[in-house]
Amino acid sequence: MKKILLNRDFILFSIILIILIAVGFANPLFVTPKSISDVLTDTSILIILALSQMIVILIRAIDLSVASNLALSGMLISLLSTVHPELPVYYFIALSCVIGTILGVLNGISIAILKVPFIVTTLGTLSIYRGLIYFVSDGKQVYSNEFSEDFLALIHVKFLSLSFLFWLAVLVFIVIYILLNHTRFGRNLYSLGGNPDAAKYIGINENKYIIMAYSLSGFFAGLCGYLWVARYSVASTQIAIGFELTVISACVVGGISVMGGVGTVLGCVLGALLIGLIRNALPAVDISQFWQLAISGAIILLAIIINTKTEQRKEKTIMVEN
Amino acid sequence: MSIIPDKPPFKLLDILYKKEFILFVVLVSILIINSNISPYFLDLYNLIDSTFLFSEKAIIALTMTFVIIARQIDLSVASIIAVSSVVLGYTTSLGYDTWLVLLLTLLSGALCGAFNGAIITKFAIPSIIVTIGTMSLFRGLAYSFLEDSYYNKFPKLVGKLGGGYLYGYIPYAFLTFILLAFVFAFILHKTSVGKKIYSIGNNPDAAQYTGIAVDKYTFVLFTLNGLFSAIAAIFLSGRLSSVRPNIAFGWELEIITMVVLGGVYIYGGSGSILGVVISIFILGMLSFGLGLLNVPGVGIIIFTGLLLILSIGFPSFVRTLRRKNE
Repeated sequence: MKKILLNRDFILFSIILIILIAVGFANPLFVTPKSISDVLTDTSILIILALSQMIVILIRAIDLSVASNLALSGMLISLLSTVHPELPVYYFIALSCVIGTILGVLNGISIAILKVPFIVTTLGTLSIYRGLIYFVSDGKQVYSNEFSEDFLALIHVKFLSLSFLFWLAVLVFIVIYILLNHTRFGRNLYSLGGNPDAAKYIGINENKYIIMAYSLSGFFAGLCGYLWVARYSVASTQIAIGFELTVISACVVGGISVMGGVGTVLGCVLGALLIGLIRNALPAVDISQFWQLAISGAIILLAIIINTKTEQRKEKTIMVEN
Repeated sequence: MSIIPDKPPFKLLDILYKKEFILFVVLVSILIINSNISPYFLDLYNLIDSTFLFSEKAIIALTMTFVIIARQIDLSVASIIAVSSVVLGYTTSLGYDTWLVLLLTLLSGALCGAFNGAIITKFAIPSIIVTIGTMSLFRGLAYSFLEDSYYNKFPKLVGKLGGGYLYGYIPYAFLTFILLAFVFAFILHKTSVGKKIYSIGNNPDAAQYTGIAVDKYTFVLFTLNGLFSAIAAIFLSGRLSSVRPNIAFGWELEIITMVVLGGVYIYGGSGSILGVVISIFILGMLSFGLGLLNVPGVGIIIFTGLLLILSIGFPSFVRTLRRKNE
């Protein structure tokens, strides 16, 4: 019992519940099923990106280029849809994923083959991908009336009165859960992050895993490129600017250790949900939008401090047992 | 038995292999190409004015060099600029004396930096994550204080510092940068403090065992980085004569690019002030030249990103190839 109570996923879940109840008292409208399903829809893209970022963070790296990747893939398919509105929506989704994957592979190659540290690589591609959007679009926006109906319709499909976005996030959660917990790929990722040297000695090809992790991150960034553009029905040079930090905070709050090799898929989703909930709850309790950034910053700091404290305590126990 | 000399003998050829030399060649070729393409490039007044584009960032790049050599990183500098600029505007609006306004502004920056340093050293958390957090926190504080309004009244001295020239020629911001660059080069390369910073960056544990107070150094470096962000904030607010909470947005990346392009190893332990200063001029002259050619800012962003990756990727790629051939 004590184990369950101290489990960090459980603690996160309780915090989410407490916030929901507290906000519910202040503003009962916020806890209606309709409103909660809106929050879930609103958080779905964050959940998908946090899960794919988690794969990268597990091997002691970070992908800062996801938001630029998302925006570039989204812009490219939007431009294509203005020229060829007759193409089916699945074609655009597939294309967006392919573009995202290519951009991710480029990151991976730079890190694994050219040996450019991940911070430098993804900081660089963060600017390059963002800059390319201006080039391909000439700085113009693609507005909602320029998309084909088909392009925007899929995102509004509902199943059991929950949105397409939400169900997609659930699907991604299941896929990544299986990938990380029940495949050799997942186990190897954890061991590479936990102890890279030991992992190399038992024959794990580090470079291969770096490139694969970044291409997965790119794939989901590409997927979210379509989702973002379709959901807000606008593609511009500015979309998702700075969103990479929100994604990383979701991972950190969810207990994914930036030191690598530690973190659960469920925790990651809960972290994303907590951040999404707070972003949506602030207006409901009449806290100015301007406070949002400061509050998320404070939450990230608190989460990291708590994470590190618990990790350090665990290390101590291990040392005593030995 | 042979005697191992303290210093390797000086060879002219060695200079050619130095990073600083390669950077210098790049800078000279940029200057030559630029002056051939655009007749306006080699105009003395234009060149002097172009320093306004990078002097404020360059000032922070100096302390950032120290921070990165000590195996840390600070992503919150641009947000500290926002906080300090707001403090500058607010204290002016309260009608304080100029010296008190400046003092409080500098203090606010140093406090933000000290906050970073305290969390990083007290809880032993990687600085990249702490400063991602404080980047939102500090910028958020500026937003929640100022909301959608702005400050446009500053002491006369601030406006003069931001946009003025010494003897009508040398911009104060540029002058400050050059003077500080000499001071920092001296500290880093000629004093024991500099040696200690290198050894912390090379191996923090070993440095700790040799009796260097690693945490104290880390704390001071982050505080200094905050203080210098506040100095940059004074120049920047004076130059723009208007402060909004989104001031200097995205600067942290440009500043880190300056430092890393200058040959400072991102995982600490090596690099020089000279390299960083040359890379600052490379980036400054590059964007100035491209600007004269009417290349939009975006082209410069892409070019900077490519330069950053290739400057590190190309040498290490060549090294790997050579190792394979052997």
